[in-house]
Amino acid sequence: MPDTSSNSTAVLIPQVSVPPISLRRRVTDRAMTAVAILTVVLVLLPLFAIFAYLVYKGIGSINLAFLTQTPKPVGEAGGGMANAIVGSMVILAIASVLGVPFGIGAGIFLSEYGRNRYGDIVRFVSDVLNGVPSIVVGIVAYGLVVMRQKHFSALAGGVALAIMMVPTIARTTEQMLLLVPQAIREAAYGLGVSRWRTTLSITLRTATSGVITGVMLAFARVAGETAPLLFTAFGNQFWNWRTDQPTAALSLQIFTYAISPFDEWHRQAWAGALVLIILIVGAVAAVRIAVRHGTLAGA
Amino acid sequence: MSNQALPRPRFNAPEPERGPKAALKIETRTTPLLQGRVSEIPDAVFGWVMRLCGLAVVALLGLIVYQLIVGSELSWHAFGWKFFWHSDWNPVEDQYGALPFMFGTIVSSLLALVIAVPLSLGVAVFTTEMCPINLRGMLSFTTELLAAIPSVVYGLWAIFVLVPLLREYVQPFLAHTLGWTGLFSGPPYGIGMLAAGVILAIMIIPIISSITREVLTVVPQHQREAVLALGATRWEMIRMGVLRNARAGIVGAIILGLGRALGETMAVTMVIGNRPEIAKSLFAPGYTMASVLANEFTEATGDLYLSALIEIGLALFFVTIVVNALARLLVWSVTRGQPARSLA
Repeated sequence: MPDTSSNSTAVLIPQVSVPPISLRRRVTDRAMTAVAILTVVLVLLPLFAIFAYLVYKGIGSINLAFLTQTPKPVGEAGGGMANAIVGSMVILAIASVLGVPFGIGAGIFLSEYGRNRYGDIVRFVSDVLNGVPSIVVGIVAYGLVVMRQKHFSALAGGVALAIMMVPTIARTTEQMLLLVPQAIREAAYGLGVSRWRTTLSITLRTATSGVITGVMLAFARVAGETAPLLFTAFGNQFWNWRTDQPTAALSLQIFTYAISPFDEWHRQAWAGALVLIILIVGAVAAVRIAVRHGTLAGA
Repeated sequence: MSNQALPRPRFNAPEPERGPKAALKIETRTTPLLQGRVSEIPDAVFGWVMRLCGLAVVALLGLIVYQLIVGSELSWHAFGWKFFWHSDWNPVEDQYGALPFMFGTIVSSLLALVIAVPLSLGVAVFTTEMCPINLRGMLSFTTELLAAIPSVVYGLWAIFVLVPLLREYVQPFLAHTLGWTGLFSGPPYGIGMLAAGVILAIMIIPIISSITREVLTVVPQHQREAVLALGATRWEMIRMGVLRNARAGIVGAIILGLGRALGETMAVTMVIGNRPEIAKSLFAPGYTMASVLANEFTEATGDLYLSALIEIGLALFFVTIVVNALARLLVWSVTRGQPARSLA
């Protein structure tokens, strides 16, 4: 603390004395550091446990039959999830076709037209929509599609997943577009390029890799969803190529097999889980690599 | 903002040569650089299509509310508010009360928070304040990896690894040491409220910790420096300079985690036991709002049965909407309008 007692001197020199840090405070400091490290270990432990167990159980169960055959009836060994793998892809394709354009459009609205109160409302609503439980989205798709068509379908599953994709894509697209410097837009305007053309060919194009990453995040998030598919896609034990019929999905099949009492099915559930994770990670990685090096790099 | 203020350029053919005649010979093009006039119409159309997309997001919310309200009308007229405090769920006699499910949802989510909050705060504090900078990226990547695992895979792991673990080791230990509280009594099945709480905790840790991390990084550096300059130890700096400043945001992160836990379906359905009972012991099986939907929706035979299920969905929807809206506002208040970048 500054020494103010001697008021006769002209220049006031503060004398600072730092008291030694007490043992109690030093021990608390060390203890809290240790506690923080401990929490990190405790959090990482289940992560490694899940991955290790998944790979350990899954690797042994994946074989050619699993990837090429449809499920066998209970009691018969063998069979696979080929129809579920294809079904998942069909449902995800429908979801992407429906959800991605709307999501990107909403993102463009938020960043280019929505820097005002209306934009704030949309921003808030999409954040809130992000938190709607997936099972509730399933109910909505059931009411929208299944009730009208009178039967479960891949389309209904796709609609449910699309509803979940839109808010995520909208928000990430917005953030990516906002990263594009204003000067680039102004340069385009200065060349006489119209606003819509600037937005699509300049702003969106500059942010392409970021936007695609956002789309892939949304994709990865819905790819493993089970709850909204339970009463929309419903599942199917056989091949189905029609989008208006009940369709198998990998995640549904994992669920059915996991809660069944049969060892053979448990084994296949692990294999299915491993395939599902590989598909998700593979899709995301493939698009990332394509964005970074490949054909989309200039885009 | 600045976009709209810009004058829209209009291009006709370039003006005839006007510049300094002396040195430079400027080539005059007879054809305009940009063909034709820039019309107002495509711009307006594009603007409105984008606005429609934005509106679609709001419409989506309206659609969800509409579907749920219309679907649950029958049950609402039959039971009214009674629906939420009656505990008998009997499809055979068409009597429906949602209390056991609400109880299960709340208890499992709170249990998850009790486990997850200290752990996620620890991870967030460690990654932002303590860990070496080259470890930081790896740590946050790994915790985000946890968020990428599908719920059904968590459930699968819980059935075959977590539940046996709880049954053989954790539950006997808890019953022995804390059995007197009544919270940990009864036969250790493994499956039950405790298993649901633990798996939920594992699932919401990435969300809480990543948003907390974002909130902590927003705390200005000079706050830390000010506290350190007063002679604080690192922990005191974190406690007084960082955590205290980020309070509202941290609460927001926790509530976002709660929102996720309330609506989580598959993993919980797989381990909670699915019995509509209200029991004091955490070892007992329970049922949540989301899992009753998952299990019974496709089997609902009567109209009233289906309607009652949709009403549970409606209640779940409203609770999560309120919880999420609250959390967003809290997180926004700290990150100042730059909404937290999250997948939650």
